[in-house]
Amino acid sequence: MSPEVKPDSLLNAEGLRFDGRRIDELRPVQMEVGVLKTADGSASIRQGKTYILAAVYGPRELHPRHLTLNDRAFLRVVYRMATFSVPDRKRPAPSRREREISMVIANALQPVLFLEQYPKAVIDVFIQVIQADGGTRCAAINAASLALADAGIPMRSLVPSVAVGKAEGTLIVDLGDEEDKYGEGDVPLAILPGTNELTLLQQDGSFTREELMEAMQMGINACKYLHELQKDALKRSYSKKAPEGEDDDDEMDDYDDDLETDLGEADIMEDE
Amino acid sequence: MAVYFQKREVVVPGQLLAEGRYRASFGTYDDGDRIYSALVGLAELRGNTVKVVALEGVYIPREGDLVLGTITIVTGNNWKVDIGGPYLASLHANNALRRPYDDDISRYMDIGDVIAAEVIAFDRVTGPFLGMKGRGLRRLDSGMILEISPAKIPRVIGRRGSMINMIQDILRIQTMVGQNGRIWIRASNIEVMRLAIKAFKMIEAQAHTSRLTDRVKTMLEEEMANIHGEEMSEDMFEEPTDIEDSKESEDIAEPVELVEDEDTAEGEEPVKPEKSPKTEAVDEIKDDSPEDATEEETESEETETETKEEVSE
Repeated sequence: MSPEVKPDSLLNAEGLRFDGRRIDELRPVQMEVGVLKTADGSASIRQGKTYILAAVYGPRELHPRHLTLNDRAFLRVVYRMATFSVPDRKRPAPSRREREISMVIANALQPVLFLEQYPKAVIDVFIQVIQADGGTRCAAINAASLALADAGIPMRSLVPSVAVGKAEGTLIVDLGDEEDKYGEGDVPLAILPGTNELTLLQQDGSFTREELMEAMQMGINACKYLHELQKDALKRSYSKKAPEGEDDDDEMDDYDDDLETDLGEADIMEDE
Repeated sequence: MAVYFQKREVVVPGQLLAEGRYRASFGTYDDGDRIYSALVGLAELRGNTVKVVALEGVYIPREGDLVLGTITIVTGNNWKVDIGGPYLASLHANNALRRPYDDDISRYMDIGDVIAAEVIAFDRVTGPFLGMKGRGLRRLDSGMILEISPAKIPRVIGRRGSMINMIQDILRIQTMVGQNGRIWIRASNIEVMRLAIKAFKMIEAQAHTSRLTDRVKTMLEEEMANIHGEEMSEDMFEEPTDIEDSKESEDIAEPVELVEDEDTAEGEEPVKPEKSPKTEAVDEIKDDSPEDATEEETESEETETETKEEVSE
């Protein structure tokens, strides 16, 4: 990465941002589901130059045992940045920032999961930032919720997430790295698209009450769009696996979750 | 009253499926009179019950399930059995052996043994408990275990066993399909075994496509013709001889009924067992695995215990 230079201005005279976006425009987003073979569920997201992988394992047996929750599953989120993900090498030891973001992401995802269906178990979510260019916690939530769905874990809905910030007094959606660094503030948020409830809301910098309300509204609108992209990514990954589609009913109907059919084969065992 | 999905449409979590007097079932949740999907899967409407067939997922035990597991721990009178998924199952000696049994239950089954058992209780507070008192539930001593995704097991079985019976019929193999995604296969030779694995993998990969039974059948018939062509001289497929160890004959004397009333979770229609007419054919296969002879000696004690118990039921 070339040495960083502070852009002269984050907004130009035409009201466009220094990378040419409108104030309410997201960076190009690409989401893909099922990218890792070994994980039970996985997803990747590219949002501008940000690139993040999320892997989900479980529900599975929880180790260490003392973390066990008797009435629900434990949601363990680990957010890590690769050493090469930022211009100055990130030291590989887990940092305070990583631990905090892990917790924040867990709290953002927890409300959509039916954790009470898997008491004593654990659902592991591993998030690896391959390249960081601003908005990693929001992109991580987007990817993690896709990975959870891909793992077949029951959830109320997907969780889209985006950051809204302020640069030169104007609210802008989906901050890039420079806007994050040189702007005046940043409000990351995540929503449940069905009800518009917020599962993540943080603020950095100072906003007036009106600005904050406006920022939340802009964020919710952007999240709605991201939600469409998420649904599309999920459906795409499964239609790829089903080349012939689910056209005819008669034959597809021919299976049943049925115990007796296979116990019928117990007859065969008589020879041993 | 409205339904918002096509039959077998791929749905995603949070998608509105139906509104009105419908019943939420597996893979869905309701909020007032609206039903939403909780999974990625294929939506289905049966009567007024909305269901989503999962495409992925771990094994969550249900009472009455047949499972194949590996013994990982032996305690005083319990075996702990790995049945996949998040929960380790326990098998109490009283549910597996006939009393009186030896204090040292590892004489009957020890760590590493693979067993076929039935889930007799699971309520999320106390882990799953297994039983081995049903017919055919026993330690598996030969053959191999293939693991596939538990979500695909219904497809491997097929409606009323159509898929699995077809595979057994063509390949003349023995199988047991555990609801926890493990399939026990015993075939007369390696080629057939490989073919069986290929078939099961094919089902796993294409579980949500149509006309799968036909395609698997075509594939198997072609491959079997190849194998036949090469090995015709050995005529191992046409040999309905070989009487299996006679000491086991008492095993079949009195069939023990196994849980007829399957605990049918919402949405699933109970289907009565159909004793497959093919079993005779399978029985007649010559089993030329060499272990059988050697194992007889060591096992006899244990098998007898189990056998007696089954008859006594």
